[in-house]
Amino acid sequence: MEIASGPSTDSSAARTIPIDSSSTVLYEFKQQNLPACKPVLKPSYVITTFLLLGFIFLPIGLTTLCASRTVVEIVDRYDSECVPGAFRGNKVSFIKDSSLPKNCSRILKVRKHMKAPIYIYYQLDNYYQNHRRYVKSKSDQQLLHGLNSSNTGSCEPEESNNGLPVVPCGLIAWSLFNDTYTLIRGTKKLSINRKNIAWKSDRDSKFGKQVYPHNFQNGTLIGGGKLDPNIPLSDQEDLIVWMRTAAFPSFRKLYGRIEEDLKADDVIVVHLMNNYNTYSFGGKKKLVLSTSSWLGGRNDFLGVAYISVGGSSIILSIVFLLFHIKIPR
Amino acid sequence: MKRFVYINDDESSPTHGLYCDNRISNRKYTLFNFLPKNLMEQFSRFMNQYFLLIACLQLWSLITPVNPASTWGPLIFIFAVSATKEAWDDYNRYLSDKTANEKQVWIVRKGIKQHIQAQDICVGNLVWLRENDEVPCDLVLIGTSDPQGLCYVETAALDGEIDLKTRVIPSACTGIDFELLHKIKGVIECPNPDKDIRRLDANLRLFPPFIDNDVCPLTIKNTILQSCYLRNTEWACGVAVYTGNETKLGMSRGIPEPKLTAMDAMIDKLTGAIFVFQIVVVIVLGIAGNVWKDTEARKQWYVLYPDNDPWYELLVIPLRFELLCSIMIPISIKVSLDLVKSLYAKFIDWDREMIDLETDTPSHATNTAISEDLGQVEYILTDKTGTLTENKMVFKICCISGNFYGNEAGDASKDKRLLNAISSGSPDVVRFLTVMAICNTVIPVRSKTGDIVYKAQSQDEDALVHAAAKLNMVLTNKNGNILELRFNTLAIQYEVLETLEFTSDRKRMSVVVRDCQNGNILLLSKGADEAILPCASAGQQTRIFNEAVEQYSQLGLRTLCLAWRELKEDEYEEWSFMFREANSTLVDREWRIAEVCQRLEKDLEVLGVTAIEDRLQDGVPETIYTLRKAGINFWMLTGDKQNTAIQIALSCNFISPEPKGQLLLIDGKTEEEVGRSLERVLLTMRTTASEPKDVAFVIDGWALEIALKHYWKAFTELAILSRTAICCRVTPSQKAQLVQILKSCDYRTLAIGDGGNDVRMIQQADIGVGISGREGLQAARAADYSIGRFRFLRRLILVHGRYSYNRTAFLSQYSFYKSLLICFIQIFFSFISGVSGTSLFNSVSLMAYNVFYTSIPVLVSVLDKDLSEETVMQHPQILFYCQAGRLLNPSTFAGWFGRSLFHAVVVFVISIHAYAFEKSEMEEVGMVALSGCIWLQAFVVTLETNSFTILQHLAIWGNLIAFYVINWIVCAIPSSGMYTIMFRLCRQPSYWLTILLMVAAGMGPILAIKYFRYTYRPSKINTLQQAERLGGRFLSLGNIEPQQRLIEKEVAPLSITQPKNRNPVYEPLLSDSPSTRRSFGQGTPFDFFQSQSRLSSSYSRNCKDN
Repeated sequence: MEIASGPSTDSSAARTIPIDSSSTVLYEFKQQNLPACKPVLKPSYVITTFLLLGFIFLPIGLTTLCASRTVVEIVDRYDSECVPGAFRGNKVSFIKDSSLPKNCSRILKVRKHMKAPIYIYYQLDNYYQNHRRYVKSKSDQQLLHGLNSSNTGSCEPEESNNGLPVVPCGLIAWSLFNDTYTLIRGTKKLSINRKNIAWKSDRDSKFGKQVYPHNFQNGTLIGGGKLDPNIPLSDQEDLIVWMRTAAFPSFRKLYGRIEEDLKADDVIVVHLMNNYNTYSFGGKKKLVLSTSSWLGGRNDFLGVAYISVGGSSIILSIVFLLFHIKIPR
Repeated sequence: MKRFVYINDDESSPTHGLYCDNRISNRKYTLFNFLPKNLMEQFSRFMNQYFLLIACLQLWSLITPVNPASTWGPLIFIFAVSATKEAWDDYNRYLSDKTANEKQVWIVRKGIKQHIQAQDICVGNLVWLRENDEVPCDLVLIGTSDPQGLCYVETAALDGEIDLKTRVIPSACTGIDFELLHKIKGVIECPNPDKDIRRLDANLRLFPPFIDNDVCPLTIKNTILQSCYLRNTEWACGVAVYTGNETKLGMSRGIPEPKLTAMDAMIDKLTGAIFVFQIVVVIVLGIAGNVWKDTEARKQWYVLYPDNDPWYELLVIPLRFELLCSIMIPISIKVSLDLVKSLYAKFIDWDREMIDLETDTPSHATNTAISEDLGQVEYILTDKTGTLTENKMVFKICCISGNFYGNEAGDASKDKRLLNAISSGSPDVVRFLTVMAICNTVIPVRSKTGDIVYKAQSQDEDALVHAAAKLNMVLTNKNGNILELRFNTLAIQYEVLETLEFTSDRKRMSVVVRDCQNGNILLLSKGADEAILPCASAGQQTRIFNEAVEQYSQLGLRTLCLAWRELKEDEYEEWSFMFREANSTLVDREWRIAEVCQRLEKDLEVLGVTAIEDRLQDGVPETIYTLRKAGINFWMLTGDKQNTAIQIALSCNFISPEPKGQLLLIDGKTEEEVGRSLERVLLTMRTTASEPKDVAFVIDGWALEIALKHYWKAFTELAILSRTAICCRVTPSQKAQLVQILKSCDYRTLAIGDGGNDVRMIQQADIGVGISGREGLQAARAADYSIGRFRFLRRLILVHGRYSYNRTAFLSQYSFYKSLLICFIQIFFSFISGVSGTSLFNSVSLMAYNVFYTSIPVLVSVLDKDLSEETVMQHPQILFYCQAGRLLNPSTFAGWFGRSLFHAVVVFVISIHAYAFEKSEMEEVGMVALSGCIWLQAFVVTLETNSFTILQHLAIWGNLIAFYVINWIVCAIPSSGMYTIMFRLCRQPSYWLTILLMVAAGMGPILAIKYFRYTYRPSKINTLQQAERLGGRFLSLGNIEPQQRLIEKEVAPLSITQPKNRNPVYEPLLSDSPSTRRSFGQGTPFDFFQSQSRLSSSYSRNCKDN
């Protein structure tokens, strides 16, 4: 009798209880009943979080600040000094006159001991490498495949010259930076390693090994530096560095490396060719010698920011703690 | 306009081929017009036009900051998704049409019976149906297997009513031989196709040799309509009059207007605001860019601006900024919203707690787009019968010629006195039972087991017949016009001569029968008290019946008066002639019939009053109590009597009994009376508005008609002031009008009903809820949501509606937040890139940002629950936050706007400083800023999520991992712009330090503010969250808002406001109450156009949107 009545009672029970365990999760999902963790912003949690944040951030900040401070940096602005006195009033005409000698000497003093490798950067200020017209004006295809590539529409207005295509085309290449530096310590020339200044990935996969400069800087309007037409683009590291456009109007680009230490109070004479025109738009040119730390160059920002964020979160946690003691909830 | 249908039409007749064939087509598209039509439809939306414009602008390479694919990709994806959905729906419609069209039917052509496909039926064809066949088109019956020419149809597919309906052949066709039906010729004059399934005013004239001397009138009773089923009849044969999409069903098929939720409207508004903001940004930056170009950029020789620009150069920079800022309006929001909305609907469908276990009907969301509105409902307009009550009528007590029957339990069928009277054969009681048993249109059907099953059109009749059977008066058989009764052991036969049908105007029905034993002709009537008692014969005292009616309706019972009269043979003959004449009029037939019936239904001898109970559904009082506590106002719209309605209202917490509640009655028969009454009620309402009193008004259909016609303004004010209203004796169109009034006052309305008379109201309201109950599925089909029981409404609103609202509020604002975040960074970047419109981010990242990185974590917010279901049920006041739109409005949006601005500043400042000088490589800086955005948005979602399920963790942290994996993959492709970038970055400690700094600096202040608010300025939601999660006992929520209509005070303790239905104590509640009277009295004449007070009062009630 009991067995017979079984199915009839089961039918109602089956409706309410899912049996299959694999479908349980799905069932709970459908019923919006998945087990959930529901955090509460308890005062103790929040105060601890901020306190912890502070105690983690302060040491990080101090470490990064120290790292940044260990970097020794020599910055020398030379753009206006390197214009002869007669042309101080009209620097643009000086730089545009190719007949005038552009060489110039600067004397740098090493204040602290600098450990090798010492990086030589040139820094440009107020130079908009990120301008919309400029940043697009290159052809990745052409840089890799050379004349075989016809995909150079983006290079306007430096796409072709006298009916012949330009390699490398575009405004970026056309405006290549061409000041040069020679460093002399005492009487001996410091050797500057100018190899491997560009990214390896760029040399290997972005700039063609069989692509040679062609019809470059042959127009009426000459922009920046020229290229040796016998060296393939993948070895033109100055160009490769230059073509990694900077995101900000003030930027440094690697010129080379000095592979020996500079001692404190060393005097370094820089012979430079002041070729590049920044005078027409009031841009600054600087030569930077800098060592490097695990964080890169000298930049106090991260350290200061970490210390201030850490400090303010500790203050915040104390304020919240006082609040909590004053007005317990 | 008329159409003439020639029966058994052949090619030579004048109307052949004039009307469409029987091919049904519900399809929206054909194979060829699908693409253009669907695209047209999609582009009629503003958002899509906007995105298309942006996408087209991007094709101009001079101005585009990014690859056009970043817009075209998502755009095509979105279009493809919705087009696929449309196509799938249309394909399913095509399939179902196809099965219907290819169904085989028997028709007569050229005098021969043929088997053809349903789609080939032409107007005028003779169609033969067998038992249980589906009717392929609208037919006029000309013959059935029944000698009387009757047949039975089930019209469930048409109107949802599950009972069997009787259909009869026209009088002209009676007696035509089966064989001759093939050859029948004639013409049917009928109106052009319309969608009224209850009406057909047509004529039939037969040609020789079937000539009938007259034009024979046709009504809806002579037709069987498409999609009905033939039941209990061996065969039937009819002439096709309407075919294909011109049938009554086809005509009533319409595409309902898409409903837009308040939230959609708000999102549209915010989108518009963002659009304006975007235009302003574009103009400002465009001008700045052009100025910079002319002053600075020309000096920058390396940019090589040409000296003489073409004219359009001026436009180039603004257009570039337009494209750069186009992502301010997130392209993903539409898709995300559609997706989550369909999931909300699925949650409703899946919800096991909303399955009606009795009938096993799950809840269903037909309209998947309006779930958020459920959480914002302010007014619920509910039907009474079948919605609040079971619509399971049970005969309870009665009053027969002055004797009240019904034992202590209130059950007459167990009352000894009545049983004794029956067994002793008291003539009054026997007559009373006879009327109960045969004054109806019930059809007894003998089932296989031999039991008698009654098929009744109305629940009341069903209850009466069953009660009569229980009291030994059993209706055993109906054979044509002959009714068979069994009283005790005695078999009695009656011949039904005429049926004077029930209409809502007449409010009564009668039958004329001949007693087959003695040949007496009797008129038996039943109907509402006000329809029967005035027709009582002059000599009879009806006071006792009036009292009985009064008393019964005080108990919340439905009353019907029964009466009878003996007719003389000649009186009947005379009347019968008039009746037949009235029946065949073509103009105003209904009115003429009513008039003729009136002539017979007079001098009645009232036999007694029956009281039928319609029990309240389970959980109705609790549901109404909870929902009222949630700040929802209830209006009850019923076709029932005032007293019954008030009693039901009392018993289900609708209104409070006297000391706490006050009922104000609006009545009157003339314009002035109604006006005065309305004015008094308004005055009382205004004075008591500040008191914690539960004031409700009661109005009946007649007064409502006048009020709506002449005092629209005053009535609207009343509607705004009154939290509760009871409208009795209202027609379906009045129900819809009331919804309209509330909607015009900008309230979110929900209409709930179960019957065909609620359909208009349901369609009119912002949200229509149908109860799939006993009155069929008509309401449920027209509704946006169908539920099995009224009590599920609570869960539907408080759980599903509220969660949907909260989730969509978060999702939509978050979508704007993340788009604005990236946009602000682009704008900031333009200031250091010579205002030239350079994009900091590359195309791939921009596209993926909107489509993948940021949309997946937020999609799982559909699982977020700020409060548990139990807490919401216990504290329904919390719904106020949704109703008042607290979680999505311009000020919350401003918060998100500010947050995105703040985060943009954090990301931008940190990335430009941390990556200054020798690290300032464009691609790298772009990726650093992008990673910062991704990390921040992951933490924003985390902080805003209230409950974490495994899916949320997966989506948020999985997404973050996916971001790196995707980027590593892209970075491994040499031809991509960002080749090796991500590998380089991930190896740098400074990258990770920068990201950590961004997260801390971006989230720290937000966490601090949130914590401060949560702890020291908590919203009620926060308070409940704390109580719920910390397990603290939680006493009172207090008032959420002082202006908030004093809900909590009004409905404080449950016990007081729950009078039991069975309580027989008479509670003077209405006009008789002296206190109520007094409050009416001292009224000054009210200026109906005094709009200022209306405005101020509505203002105070509308002070809730901040």
